Amino acid sequence: MDYQELFLEAIATLTVNKMRTALAILGIVIGIGSVIALISLGQATQASVQSQIQSLGSNLLTVQPSAQRTGAVQGAFGGGTTLTLEDAKAIETSGQITSVRNVSPELQRRAQVTTGNTNTNTQIVGATAVYTDVHKVTISSGSFITEQHVDSLSKVAVVGPQVVTNLFGENASPIGQTIRISGQTFTIIGITTSKGGSGFQNQDDIVYVPLTTAQKVLFGIDYVSSISLEAKSAEVMTDAQNEVGYLLLARHKFNDPTQADFSIFSQQDILNTASSITGTFTSLLSGIAAISLIVGGIGIMNIMLVTVTERTREIGLRKALGAKKKTITLQFLAESIMLTFTGGVIGIIVGILTSYVISLATSSTFVISPAAILIAFAVSATIGILFGWYPAKKASDLQPIEALRYE
Amino acid sequence: MAVRPIIEVSHLSKIYKTESIETVAVDDVSFTIHKGEFVAIMGPSGSGKSTLMHVLGALDRPTSGTYILDGENVENLTDDELADIRNRKIGFVFQAFNLLPRTTTMKNVAIPMMYAGIPKVEREATAKKFLEMVGLGDRLHHATNQISGGQQQRVAIARALVLNPALILADEPTGNIASAQAEEIMAIFTKLHKKGHTIVMITHEPDIAEHAKRIIHVHDGKII
Repeated sequence: MDYQELFLEAIATLTVNKMRTALAILGIVIGIGSVIALISLGQATQASVQSQIQSLGSNLLTVQPSAQRTGAVQGAFGGGTTLTLEDAKAIETSGQITSVRNVSPELQRRAQVTTGNTNTNTQIVGATAVYTDVHKVTISSGSFITEQHVDSLSKVAVVGPQVVTNLFGENASPIGQTIRISGQTFTIIGITTSKGGSGFQNQDDIVYVPLTTAQKVLFGIDYVSSISLEAKSAEVMTDAQNEVGYLLLARHKFNDPTQADFSIFSQQDILNTASSITGTFTSLLSGIAAISLIVGGIGIMNIMLVTVTERTREIGLRKALGAKKKTITLQFLAESIMLTFTGGVIGIIVGILTSYVISLATSSTFVISPAAILIAFAVSATIGILFGWYPAKKASDLQPIEALRYE
Repeated sequence: MAVRPIIEVSHLSKIYKTESIETVAVDDVSFTIHKGEFVAIMGPSGSGKSTLMHVLGALDRPTSGTYILDGENVENLTDDELADIRNRKIGFVFQAFNLLPRTTTMKNVAIPMMYAGIPKVEREATAKKFLEMVGLGDRLHHATNQISGGQQQRVAIARALVLNPALILADEPTGNIASAQAEEIMAIFTKLHKKGHTIVMITHEPDIAEHAKRIIHVHDGKII
């Protein structure tokens, strides 16, 4: 009796009791399906978070003021006032700094923006001409802020598409029109291309004004909220971080880097943090799915035990006719493996379809991990062997006369 | 030189132990059966004839005594070795037919050959040949639950014959069959006997036992 025959025989036996077979398979389908769907959901989340972070700019380093300490009180992160435009200029002009391509001092504040009778609360970014290069911002019509605008404190604004929709309505072309920010009138000179994103990270809900205008005209301050640096390549990120770090330490007169009033972090740091969060999320989901897989396996074992009891006479007959222990064991193992195998295949299809539907519904990326499929498949086969082994052993240990007498 | 007997039983006993009670089912029995004999083992229920049949069929081990089947000592064999003996040397015909339900007659007849490792094509040809021999050439692809009791027992006889066993062991072969069909079954056994098969039949019905050429009477575990 070869293996091909063994499995054909198993299929024949399983098709006799279709309802029971279907229910046993269903347990595995749900287990495998949810493992695959949840893993790919996790990975899709991870991929979309990564692509959003990357869309903020490549080879990006951000210098931010550290939280300020006033006595024992720790101030809010990013609320410091220690970074200035002069710091940015020093980085740009220093002969020791060789790894930085662009330096973009920025000031970010929220403010009320009005036009006519509509108004919106949005993010105001005081920027310089290099902002577009550093943050990969593109202009869909008009132009961005120039150096001349920054030098002359021009009251011009570049707006994101969300701001246009909020203030002027869908698909309006407001170039040349004016908006009022904190009571000051600004002329719109450009509109940025949509970048997507939402909520706190919405890249489209921003009004850009010249940095100096934001400092002097709008908010009356002389510091910047951050300095973004574009390194020359991904390889020199660490060099850039060190060069800028030492320069600023010296400028701010600190000897001990741990006492510094600023911090520099790279996009990679943010990416790593985000990845580790989404990674934890993914393993949590797969853990829950794995439990349902085990429950499915126990279901298979239950069905196989019932089958063994029900087929006691058949087992006795087969032994009387010359079946050896191994043959009976293999017969029952083949059946449970067929159950989990079929459940595994259907589960993989169901899992892929589910992830596809989820990706359509949430308009996220559709990711299927071959590793998840392989693992799910291996696990389902292992479950078939593990949970099928005990019933198979029980069957093969039956004595032929006991089994033949069984009513 | 004397022909070696198919069955050689000497001082064979089978004792069942349940906690403190010992039940002697077969008590110091000795007999021999030669090739080509048609023997009926007769006795009322509880006489120990079923236990004797289990031992003769290598389904159970004797408590003491020796049993040599076709030159092989059946004592001290492992479960798998016993399975092998049953497969090669014994063709069983049971009272309750014991066919696989919802399975074709062909497949049922082919089962012993499957465990003997005979290739599928050959199995099907042999199964067909023996089903035709018992008059079921037109029922090859019927499921066993779609045919009559008499036909089922004929399938079982075909199954018993496929590996040309040294011994055909029939346990109340007509017990579950209407009397008209029972005659047909006995006619097949008579035919097989004429062809030279060795047949041992267990029964409690005297008119069935009459078909045999020799009758061994069992009572209270002893031959009388």
